[in-house]
This record gives sequence, C-alpha cells and structure tokens, in this order.
Amino acid sequence: MANPAPGSTVAPLAPASAPPPTRRTAFAEGVDRARAAATTEPGRLRIIGAFLALLVLAFGAVTAWQTTDRAAAADDVLHKSQPLSTAAADIYRALADANTAASSGFLAGGQETAESRSRYEEDIDEAASKLVTAANNADPDSPSTAFITKLNKLLPEYKGLVERARTYNRQGFPVGGAYLRYANQKMQGEMLPAAQDLYTKENQRLQDDYGDATPYPWAAIGLGVLALAGLAWAQHRNYRRTNRVLNHGLVAATATTTVVLLWLVVGHSVARAGLDDSYDHGVRSLNVLHDARIASLKARGNENLTLVARGAETVKVAADGEEVTLDKYDHEFTTEITTLGKGLTLAAKLADDQAGEKPVASAENNMAEWKKRHTAARAQDDNGNYEQALALVIGGKDATGACFDNVDQNLADALAHEQTEFRQAAGDGLGAMTGLPIGAAVLAVLGAAGAVVGIGRRLSEYR
Amino acid sequence: MNRREPVNGREPVNGREPVNGRLPVNGREPVNGRLPVNGREPVNGRLPVNGRGSVNRRLPVGRSVSVGGREPAEGGVPVEGGVTMRVRRVRAGLKGWGGVGAMAALCALALSFVLLLPWTTRSPGDGSTGRAGQGVAAGTQAADADCTDPEKRTPTPSSADGPTIAAIKARTGEKRKLIVGVDQNSYRWGYRDPNNTGAELEGFDIDLVHRIAQDILGDPNAVQFKAIPTNQRIPAIQEGRVDMVVRTMTISCTRLADVAFSAPYFKTGQQVLAPKSSTIKGYDDTLAKKKVCTATGSTANTKLVDDKKAGKIASSVVIAAPVPNQLDCLVRLQLGEVDAVVTDGALAASQAAQDPTVELKGAPFTTEYYGVAMKKNATDLVRRVNQILVEYRASGWQASYDKWLSATLGSDATKSKPPAPQYLSTS
Repeated sequence: MANPAPGSTVAPLAPASAPPPTRRTAFAEGVDRARAAATTEPGRLRIIGAFLALLVLAFGAVTAWQTTDRAAAADDVLHKSQPLSTAAADIYRALADANTAASSGFLAGGQETAESRSRYEEDIDEAASKLVTAANNADPDSPSTAFITKLNKLLPEYKGLVERARTYNRQGFPVGGAYLRYANQKMQGEMLPAAQDLYTKENQRLQDDYGDATPYPWAAIGLGVLALAGLAWAQHRNYRRTNRVLNHGLVAATATTTVVLLWLVVGHSVARAGLDDSYDHGVRSLNVLHDARIASLKARGNENLTLVARGAETVKVAADGEEVTLDKYDHEFTTEITTLGKGLTLAAKLADDQAGEKPVASAENNMAEWKKRHTAARAQDDNGNYEQALALVIGGKDATGACFDNVDQNLADALAHEQTEFRQAAGDGLGAMTGLPIGAAVLAVLGAAGAVVGIGRRLSEYR
Repeated sequence: MNRREPVNGREPVNGREPVNGRLPVNGREPVNGRLPVNGREPVNGRLPVNGRGSVNRRLPVGRSVSVGGREPAEGGVPVEGGVTMRVRRVRAGLKGWGGVGAMAALCALALSFVLLLPWTTRSPGDGSTGRAGQGVAAGTQAADADCTDPEKRTPTPSSADGPTIAAIKARTGEKRKLIVGVDQNSYRWGYRDPNNTGAELEGFDIDLVHRIAQDILGDPNAVQFKAIPTNQRIPAIQEGRVDMVVRTMTISCTRLADVAFSAPYFKTGQQVLAPKSSTIKGYDDTLAKKKVCTATGSTANTKLVDDKKAGKIASSVVIAAPVPNQLDCLVRLQLGEVDAVVTDGALAASQAAQDPTVELKGAPFTTEYYGVAMKKNATDLVRRVNQILVEYRASGWQASYDKWLSATLGSDATKSKPPAPQYLSTS
C-alpha cells in the first residue's frame, strides 16, 4: 500500500538521473521507483512508517495467536484432559470395585447383604455416569472414544452375567458361580484393560496439553523486541534529523508495544508457574494416588479370588534360583500390595502440606494392618481352615476388608485434596492468561495506528 | 490461528454433540463382535493337558519291548517293580508272545472270573490271592493290548500303612489334614450351595472324601479341600499339591501313565446335552455343523478330538475352545455360544437339573468309571483307598447316592453302580 504511493508522487522529482530509453519490465520499473523514493526524505518516512506499523501489527497478531494457543491448552488441562483423566481413573475404580463387591457377595454365601448389593449398584452407576463424562470430553475418532465405546458395550453384558448369577444363586444352583466366574473373566480380561488403556491415553493427553500450554512464546517475544527496537531507531532517527525529542504517535506506539510485551512475558510466566505448580503439586500427586488406589483395588480383588478359586490356579515363580509353585491370586496380591506400598511412599513424598500428608499416612497404617491380617488369613487357609480364612477376609471390622475400605477411603480423601490443589493452581495459571490475546490485539492495533500517526505528523511537514 | 482450529473443535459446547452422536455410529462393531469369543478361553487349553500325549505314553512301551522279551508276564514280577514296571513288562511280554499269549490270556480271563468272586465281599490281602491277581492282570492285558480296561489296573486292597500314609499321618496340629483336590462346581457331586451361609462343600464326591479322611486320620472333617480345574487334576497330583483327587475323574489309559487310580467308585458314560428344542439327537450325525463345548483336559474333549480326527463324527462338528470346568459349558450353552455340551452323563444330568430347558440327548456312547486319583508311586495309599472303597460299596455308597444323585440320575442306582472291582496284582 505504501510502496506504490511514494512511486507515483515522487516520480516527478526523480528525473535528475534520466532513465534509459529502452523498454523495461513493470517490476524493474517498480523497484526503480522505490529506490528513487528511498532517496527522498518523505519517501523514506513513508517506508519507515509502513514498516513500523506492520511490525507492531505482526507482533500483536503473533502474540494473540500464541497466547490463544496456550490459553486453549491451559483451558484443556483444567477443564478437559485432567477431569477426563480423573474420570478414567474413576471408571477403573468403579468397575474393579463392583467386581470385588460381586465376588465378595458370592464368597459370603447365602443371599448377598444389603451393603454389598448397594455397593455394587453404586459402583455400576458411577462407572456408567463417568463413561458419559468421558464420552463428552473425548474427541471423536480418538483412541479414547474407541475404549469408551468398548466399555459402554461391555458394561451391560457384564451386568447381565451378574444378574444371571444372582438368579441362579437364589435357586441354589452352582451354575450361578459359573456365571460369576464368566463375568469376572470379562471384567479382568476385557473391561479393566480397556479402562486402564483409557486412563493411560487420557493421561497422555493431559501431558500433551501441558506440553502445549507451557512453552515460552518466543516468536511473539522476538517480534516484540524487534518492534521496540524499530520504534527506538525511528525515534532516534527523528531526533537526529529534527532535534525533536518526542513524537506523540511513536511514543504511543512504543508504550503500547512495551505494555503488550511486558504483559506477554509476565502473564505467561505467571501462567506457566501456575501450570507447573498444578502439575508438580497436583497432577503428579493425583497420578501417584490413582495408581496406588488401583493397586489396592487389584490387591483386594486378588485376595478375594484366592478364596473363590480355592487353590485352583497356580503360577511358577523363580525364587532364589528355584522354581516355586504359588497360588496365582495370592502371588498377584503380593505384587499389587507391593505396588501400593511404593505408591504410598511416593505419595507421602509428593504431599506438600499437612492436609495432603495426613490421609496418605493413615493409608500407610491401614495397609500395614491389612498385610498383617492377610498373613493371618493365609495361614488359616494354608492349614485348611477355610471358614476361618474366609472370616478373616470378608468378615466384619476385624477382617482385611475393613483395612481395604480404610485404605480406599483415605486415598479418596487424599485425591480430593490434591484435586483441589490442582484446580487452584491451574485456575491461577489460566487466569493469568485471561484477556491477553484480545488485549494484545487491541493494543497492537493502537500501537500501529500510533506509529502511522507519528510518522504522518513528520510527513505532513513536507506538504 | 488456523492451527488451533482443532482445539476449538474440542471445546465443550462444540465437542459434545459430535461425540455423543459418534458413539453408537462410530460402531466398533467388528472389534466388539469378536470380543466374547476372545474373552472366553485361553485358546491353548486343549493341548497342554498335562502332557499326557500319546507320545509320552508310547515311549516306555517301546523301550520295554526289548527288555520285556525275556520276562514273560507270568514270570515272578519283582516287588519293587511297582505298577508301572509291571504294566510295561506285562504289555511288552504280551507283544512278545503274540497270539499264544492272547489265547492263554483268554483262559486266564475265564479263570479270573472265578477267582474274583470272593473279592467282591472281602479282600483277604496277600497270599494266595496274590497269584490270582497276576492271573487277572494277564487277563486284562490279554483282552486288549491297547488297554481298554484301565479300571482294572489298580493294586489289591490293603489296610497297611506305607510311606505315603505315614507321611500324611505325620502332619501335626492344624496341618493334620488330608489334602484333596475336588470340584466346587459340580452340582450334587462337589459344590457349594449358594444358599448356605457356611462355605462347606457337599455332594457325592465330598461324602467319599470324608469317608477316606475318617479312615486314614480318624476324623471325617480332617480334610483340606482344594478346588482344581479339570485340566489341573493331574499336575496337582504330580506336583504333590494334593494327596488325592476325588473329582468325577474318569479312569483312563492315558491318565494311568501319569497317576494311579483306585478301583472304580462310579459308572457313567459320555453323553450329549442340548436344548430340548435342538435338532441334536445324540452323539451322531445330528451334531454336524454344531458347536460343541467340552472342558479342558476332560475325557469328552479327548474323545471328540480323536473321533473327529478318525472320522467317527462329522468333520463339520465345531469343537469350541474348551472351558476350565464342565459347568462353564452350561453357561456357554445358555448364552447361545455353543449348541451342545459333551460331558460325562453323570455331570450332564447335573447340568440338566439346573436348567429345565436342556436335556440329555441319546444314550451314553462310552462306558467310563470314576476313580480316586493319587500319585503314581503312592501304592500304599491306593491300596488303602481300595480297601476303603470295598467297605464303602457295602455301606455308604447307596446312602450317598440316594441323598445326592437319585434326584438327577434316577432312584435306580444299578446303572451307576461300579462293577465288582478287579485288581492288578499284589505286591
């Protein structure tokens, strides 16, 4: 826009150097005119004005673009990927807990108690509603959607099998137990792996969103510095040529550019700090706690299955160079409870305040008691005292079941606490970016206008 | 800005509609479609059945041919030889003697019937019957070199304590229990009534277990029950995880290579179970193109696979991936994943008793006997169990039958009663 203008107006001033009579291309002629324009002060001023305005506009545009990107990613962290990752963990927990409740009911014999029934129903309800949450937040065609679809399809199948098991149990037929085994197989073999995959995928997405939200917007910062340098140079040039110190337009442009640059750097740094904080003190703790909770659920499930299977399944394990045959489910219990122990230790290390440490410490105590009771129950079972072992596992408050419930409750408290911390930190981070894209755009337009007006003032002196 | 479009697309408001809309449409139909099949069974189930493949079993026989050549079956079989050696030698000797042996054996068979009569009431133990036992052994061997009467290969009854029994009795305190592998899923055989508040197992097999515990340890409840899937019965015995298995276990030649059996305590035969409305009429051509369920490591599974290979049943019969327990077959049948179940008639009747819409189709197409399985070298325990069975058949068996099985198998027990036992030899 600026280029042809000087060409047309300045052309008559140029003939000092006479053009050769030969025919020339339009481009060459344009370049020539521009070069000619650049030799006169008004021409130069026009070019400088256009350049400065473009630079400031570009700075504003890039700032708006990059901060929009980061704000969107930060918003995803807070409102989509993290809730979805939690929802996925909840789905896993609900499914595993429902399965454990169902198998406990079978173990207890007789008709299932009101508690075990309502626990099962609540778990199924929670799994179903969290699946809807997950479905709402998942991108179509993403792997998560595939897992959610699979779980949505398997959940009613699973429930159907459990209902059949109940019906047959009522009639006193052992085929009810066979249905329960089939349901358990579906849960362990298909549903829980799908839930685990969903959780892993959502966690990955959360990491990706963090990765998108936190990097410094170097392009915007670079352009901002360049724009400021350009404005400084233009004013310096102005001062050298006219001895005038302040050009209102250029000063305004400088001011707005400086404001945008500062806003950008400070706003992003604050947001980044908030997000980093939400990750270090929120997400990391949440992940560790979720993993610990899943491990405790698996341990409980295996503890029950040890008694349901009654030694039916064994594994061979190499210990001290020797191959030992162990009960499969008890072996898995040992593995999971070890994972739980490690998870709790890590969670205690990550917990950064009293409110976060307390439930984790309680859970550690519950787990120690659980292990003790489990050892006693196994000793009874190994001695062939099945009934006593059963009482120690699914009996009242002195059974391992109570320990598991306590571990679970404490982990739930710890999770709730960390979730609050996460929301706060991530919310602060997101808040720091509020208005930055629009502010940057508006200020950049004002700055560019300032630069044009400022140069225009000088230019008008030539008319 | 453009690069961020997808992000905006994800925003809650925008995102919700398409996602919801997708779920059913997106339809992972093909994936889900194969899930139930997938999840059903570890596919490998069929083969690893404790490696009692024919190869295993043939080897010793082949080897003993050369050895056995110089040792006719009738010769004084060394005491230490144990059942295995004796069987091998007998078998090998037979091959060596050929037709002559067969003729001699037929004579011996006739003789054996006479000699067996006194045993049906009371077993005298060693001495003169010992030699008679050898005669019987020769007879059974001769009757068929390929082993058709596995139920007759068990040592004579004896109440004497041997090393195995001594070891069981040496268990102290809480551990002073007989460890028995049973089933907890066979209705009226070994199962847990879901309506019982206790966890005790009950059934026909369980009654026998209590009787054995009573005899050996003096306390019917001195038992530690271990639930064993069908294909784990033999490994559990071999690895010493259980002292014995009382779990509707058919005495078969292949299994004899790995474990020792007591005398038979029940007679049954393979039968087909299908919905009443099914076109399946029995173990015949009506099974063509039908999907049949069997348990991993069951005789039914072996029989089906063999018959299909040998062309005795239609090649279009689909043998479904075997399940861990025969009762799981009923689940698959009810869910429509298979068309028929093949299992022992006694167990099939138990399944039919749990579902009025299915029934046994056709007559039993095999004759099989259930025995108590024990470790191969635990001869003293086998003989002890045989002794207990002698008494149990006289008193206890009928009562237990009436209590548990008359409802599913009919009040007439004659077709289930085991035949008068025949023993291998004394040692």
